[in-house]
Amino acid sequence: MTATFRPRPTARPDRPAGPGPARTELVVDRIACDGFGMCAELLPELIELDDWGYPIVAAGGVPDQLLDHARRAVAVCPVLALRLARIPAAPVERGNAGWHGNRPSSVRG
Amino acid sequence: MEPRLFAGPPAGSGPEPLADHRARLGSRPSGAAAAATVPTLEASGLLGRGGAGFPVGRKWRSVAGQEGGRPVVLVNAAEGEPLSSKDRTLLRLRPHLVLDGALLAADAVGADRIALYIGTAQRDAHASIRRALAERRDLNVAIDLHAAPDTYVAGEESAAVHFVNEADARPTVTPPRPYERGVGGRPTLVQNVESLAHAALIGRFGDGWFRELGRDVTPGSALVTISGAARDGVREIEIGTTIGELAEQAGAGTTARDRQAVLLGGYFGGWLSTERGWDVPLDPIALRAAGSAFGAGVVAFLGNDRCGVRATSRIMDYMAGQSAAQCGPCVFGLRAIADATARLATGRPERDDLERIQRWSQQLAGRGACRHPDGAVGQLLSSLRVFGSEWEVHQRRRPCTRERVAAITPARNREQVA
Repeated sequence: MTATFRPRPTARPDRPAGPGPARTELVVDRIACDGFGMCAELLPELIELDDWGYPIVAAGGVPDQLLDHARRAVAVCPVLALRLARIPAAPVERGNAGWHGNRPSSVRG
Repeated sequence: MEPRLFAGPPAGSGPEPLADHRARLGSRPSGAAAAATVPTLEASGLLGRGGAGFPVGRKWRSVAGQEGGRPVVLVNAAEGEPLSSKDRTLLRLRPHLVLDGALLAADAVGADRIALYIGTAQRDAHASIRRALAERRDLNVAIDLHAAPDTYVAGEESAAVHFVNEADARPTVTPPRPYERGVGGRPTLVQNVESLAHAALIGRFGDGWFRELGRDVTPGSALVTISGAARDGVREIEIGTTIGELAEQAGAGTTARDRQAVLLGGYFGGWLSTERGWDVPLDPIALRAAGSAFGAGVVAFLGNDRCGVRATSRIMDYMAGQSAAQCGPCVFGLRAIADATARLATGRPERDDLERIQRWSQQLAGRGACRHPDGAVGQLLSSLRVFGSEWEVHQRRRPCTRERVAAITPARNREQVA
């Protein structure tokens, strides 16, 4: 059973990921998002909806050839919950792995 | 192991008075010596004890280096985790050690304000800290005391900042993170009380002293709250003590066969079977490698007669109920998972409930403003691994072989130091 439970990678664009080149990410304001779902209609390549209509953004950033579509998806969101963010190349994190992934903004810091 | 945080008078004598505390430990470093504590903390390897385990020294350095006004220190003792009582116990018994840590942190990062954020239900902790503040004559910063709502997410650091700012203990969207813009819009060091108490000792005795304890990778001692099928209570352990050793100390058996499984970290933590986990060190690194978490130091033993599916169901129901109800995936996803889990636990599953909770759990991580849903489904996924065959039994509506009773009892005497 174990092997089938590997979580599907979802984007965490609101935090710097590991080392890598700068890239553009779609960032969802999860509190503002009301599940209108228009983003997924305009950008099905990168956004799918869960069973309740809330977006699941593919990991790995927005490829250049989809940037225009991504901008349109951002523009059409009725509650302005979607934006594009430039994620700078992150330095290699040194030291200890945190219990929940080494984030300064921890659950129950 | 000689206790460090709980060195001094026995638990039965209550809060340690300031005079005794000073006689035993001397004064904390202040002034330039306080600023020099930051590199010492970094060298000590102290990890935060609120649940996420972020390196404390690095956090202090980040706050000290921020622009945007004088920093604020937010002392986090919300302790909303139902299976944890170590923070309130520490506050009750060693209030001056915690205050020393908070004052040291304020000096080190240049803060002129300390916000104490303590769970409303923790009356003894509130009383203890009030008495301790009245004893102090060395308060060179403004200190305000806040009663944190008794909800699970109130202790999440953006929620703590939100409450101090606007009396609303719901998480906010990050960035900006509290260390960038927190209380009053100023850089804010949000630090758990146990982390501050360790820092107060490291400031006095140095990083070399701190590293004398620690049997695996992570140095130091840690507070744990033991519950479930064991002698429950709060203990200070050497990090790296194995689960089996702790079980033996807590009367939870002498071999892996004596208990079925153990929940580590808290409701956002992870299950391990005793078969696999008995010799695993209680160390954040080792536990992560084993698919679990040190989290907030919760160690809950599940007896052989208890049903892991039911235990998980109760936790998921609680976690769904504790959503701050701000983010759709958390509100609807956690509730749906909890309902399906409850149907499985009570032997009335729909045809594909097991498959659905697997799929939903995998979709939920990373899709909230805070990590509440991540923690809840992480715990569930670990349960699916550990109790895999039991879940199948429940899905097939076969009779559950385990007793149908409440599975994990929180520490009854929540203030007990074992």
